[in-house]
Amino acid sequence: MNAHELRLKSIAYRKTILEIIHRGGAGHTAGSLSCVDILNVLYNHIMNITPENFNKINRDHYIQSKGHSVEALYTVLADQGFYSRDELLEGLNQNYSKFIGHPTRKVPGIEHNTGALGHGLSVSVGLALAGKLNGYTYRVFTLLGDGELAEGSSWEASMSAAHYKLDNLVVIVDRNTLQITGRTEEVNGLEPLADKFTAFGYAVRQIDGNNVEALADLLGTVPFEVGKPSLLLANTVKGKGVSYMEDQKAWHHKVPTDEQLATALAELDAARLELEGIR
Amino acid sequence: MATEKTMGKPNQQVFSDTLLDLAQNDKDILVVTSDSRGSGKLVAFGETLPEQIVEVGIAEQNLVGLSSGLAAGGKKVFAVSPACFVTIRSLEQVKNDVAYSDRPVCVVGISAGVSYGLLGSTHHAIHDYAVLRCINNIDILAPADNFETEQVLRALVEHPRPAYIRLGKQAMPNLHDPATAIFEIGKAIQVRPGTDLTIISIGEPTPHAVDAADLLAKEGISCRVISMHTLRPFDRDALMDAALNTRAIITVEEHSVNGGLGELCASTLMQEGIQIPFKIVGFPDEYTINGDQETMFKHYGISGEGLAETARKLLGVRI
Ligand SMILES: Cc1ncc(C[n+]2csc(CCOP(=O)(O)OP(=O)(O)O)c2C)c(N)n1
Ligand SMILES: [Mg+2]
Repeated sequence: MNAHELRLKSIAYRKTILEIIHRGGAGHTAGSLSCVDILNVLYNHIMNITPENFNKINRDHYIQSKGHSVEALYTVLADQGFYSRDELLEGLNQNYSKFIGHPTRKVPGIEHNTGALGHGLSVSVGLALAGKLNGYTYRVFTLLGDGELAEGSSWEASMSAAHYKLDNLVVIVDRNTLQITGRTEEVNGLEPLADKFTAFGYAVRQIDGNNVEALADLLGTVPFEVGKPSLLLANTVKGKGVSYMEDQKAWHHKVPTDEQLATALAELDAARLELEGIR
Repeated sequence: MATEKTMGKPNQQVFSDTLLDLAQNDKDILVVTSDSRGSGKLVAFGETLPEQIVEVGIAEQNLVGLSSGLAAGGKKVFAVSPACFVTIRSLEQVKNDVAYSDRPVCVVGISAGVSYGLLGSTHHAIHDYAVLRCINNIDILAPADNFETEQVLRALVEHPRPAYIRLGKQAMPNLHDPATAIFEIGKAIQVRPGTDLTIISIGEPTPHAVDAADLLAKEGISCRVISMHTLRPFDRDALMDAALNTRAIITVEEHSVNGGLGELCASTLMQEGIQIPFKIVGFPDEYTINGDQETMFKHYGISGEGLAETARKLLGVRI
């Protein structure tokens, strides 16, 4: 998919994220908006995961460690044809529905049950190691929150990843600098984060994580170094794409009102028109 | 007799209000949070007493270990985090650094049970009674209403010791008259007298037990309701009295049927040689349905009607 198409996809995904959260009455809004460009590029440009090959082992794998941003994942999986957008819109956050507030394997296309932070990286390391042991060519992609990095397990897993030279593992950190309480640097400082990851044995790259073109180019080059796990520090904006949500901690787990939804959708439509040059 | 229930606040709100009140007069009281002050209703606490709140980020093991160290340094520590994480992720710290090392940390599990509803199993705590019951030297408390919550907290500040308090997210009806009710850790409170059967309840299901008693009363069945707010130390006498003076026992808890209040009562009775019609109500040993707390309660019979029906079956009554 070319850069223009990817940009249009991101806008469509953002609209769906907002619509399903509004309809479902709950959701991790800002974190889904911050990471959706990453998921867009992964599913539409980088990974070979489809409904048809999902039951095979030797295809790429994606584990979303920051499980709370499940609305972004549900949205992208609907677009990939794992289920319909309508099913998602009607099902999200409803009693007896499978579309609950964190990823579960009951939903087609979801690889691992997450939601408790600090699990996805260990599981991804295991899956990448199994790939090496079996001589498979697949790659494992995983997405972590920056606040999530306070969990010690992330660093235990990182040591394993480097120790086993897992260059089939790609760790992406959604570095939006916010968690629930506020700025990561005020809650529990992470910096110098790139240096820490380098010291733990990753090949580290940094990028604007809301720029689909840059993401597509860079992720197209993994592994960044042979013999090392890749780590992408994706500098993102939490709530990206909706002016009044951007970089606001209040939108971590907040649902837009009817009026707020209308404003947000209008902003996104305007962005689409501008992109299409129809203004 | 049945007084109209008035609506109170969420127990975790009462917890934070009471703690703020106590901490303003006691500089040694510390709250430790893991990016959890919002869900713990502790934002006001942090703003009023910034010197008495310690933040560790999303790191529940660190939360409990560090709290043990603060307690060793003479602080009265309340480690507050969602019950689902602080009783499993940090279980070894709770076992070794709090209970075994005998440090007076109060571990506070918020949004407990299935409070988090549709956020799913990762966010449910229906294992905590079971795992903590196997760890010696930690009190286990699950207040049902605002009165019990406030009293538990005041008692623990007065006599700090290793303890776990489980608190839910929803507003709770008031079950007791604060003017007359007497609260003591380890001493169950009888919420309704009764002679035909007893429902022993812990935590947020307790108002539903009261509803069941009201329904049954209309059918001429006299149902005792006991609020067993403390699982350890356990009020054996309240259980034995129910077994000897009523004809059947139902236990109800927002927990797996494995290893909680029900099994504790069952094993106590059995070892006393008492046989009595007995039913444990809780979450069965299977993938639970997806639903909010109310839906899950209803689905698994934790409701006035559900418990009344269990009672009728147990007593062999047909209506
Ligand atoms: C083990 C664990 N502790 C706490 C939580 C509650 N929680 C959900 S999201 C969140 C903040 C996450 O912040 P971050 O990782 O930065 O994610 P993002 O900013 O991308 O939403 C917290 C504390 C959790 N889900 N799991
Ligand atoms: Mg973040």
